[in-house]
Amino acid sequence: MSDKYAAFIWPAYAVTAIVFGWMVLDTLLRAAGWRRRAERLEKDAAP
Amino acid sequence: MFAALANPHRFMGFSSWAAPLLGAIAVALIAPGLWLGFAAPPDYQQGTTVRIMFIHVPAAQTSMFAYACLGGASFFALVFRHALADAAARAAAPLGAAFTLLALVTGSLWGRPMWGAWWVWDARLTSVLVLFLLYLGYMALRAAIDDEARAGRAAAILALVGLINLPIIYFSVDWWNSLHQGESIFRPGGPAIATVFLIPLGLMSLGYLFAFGALWMARTRAEVWRRRAQSLAVQAAGR
Repeated sequence: MSDKYAAFIWPAYAVTAIVFGWMVLDTLLRAAGWRRRAERLEKDAAP
Repeated sequence: MFAALANPHRFMGFSSWAAPLLGAIAVALIAPGLWLGFAAPPDYQQGTTVRIMFIHVPAAQTSMFAYACLGGASFFALVFRHALADAAARAAAPLGAAFTLLALVTGSLWGRPMWGAWWVWDARLTSVLVLFLLYLGYMALRAAIDDEARAGRAAAILALVGLINLPIIYFSVDWWNSLHQGESIFRPGGPAIATVFLIPLGLMSLGYLFAFGALWMARTRAEVWRRRAQSLAVQAAGR
């Protein structure tokens, strides 16, 4: 698709892909990070 | 079901399989939605910019849905002092802000070729900008107060006050003279959109909602772990 509106359409899809990528990565990394930390502290707290 | 899931332990068990399932459904809806969107013919008025509608409208719908979720969770957190509801409210805010940003940016990229302007101080656009600022304000307020319980209560009040903006956004095109087009899907007499555009739009809208559901659940899980880790760290420091 390379008509006169391509300069508006592709950036719209690119921004959407970037924001979705950020949402997914940030969510997964955040969840994995806090889970690891909580599990490590639980292990340390165990008698 | 809500009462059952209000228990954090049950929620963690339920969400461990529900979040990936919602994510998979989102992918299964968005993939054909994108395919059909790019295969659709140019609109007789908008030309190929109609393809921006397939990502703009779902982002706008999801931004409002996310705020309704934030408001609902804030209500339960404020009235019933429910920790999981507070975690869910905190988890919804950045996602809602991201979807609102997408609605604003993709709308602007559509407006420039169609209206001849990147931005106009139109009632619909302005009220969506206010929604974005409400999300930012909610996050800033939570970050600005050290005491998490106080921060949660103050932010919940802000979120509940901000709920008034949702009907303003929805009805703005009816209440004021607006450059933005009016309701074209859920209206008396049926949708004013051709089926060839309505199907990809419907798939994308549902896909965005499922994606939000999956991410919201996963972020709420992260918030529960964060609180558990902080509580254990405090206990360890006291020993």
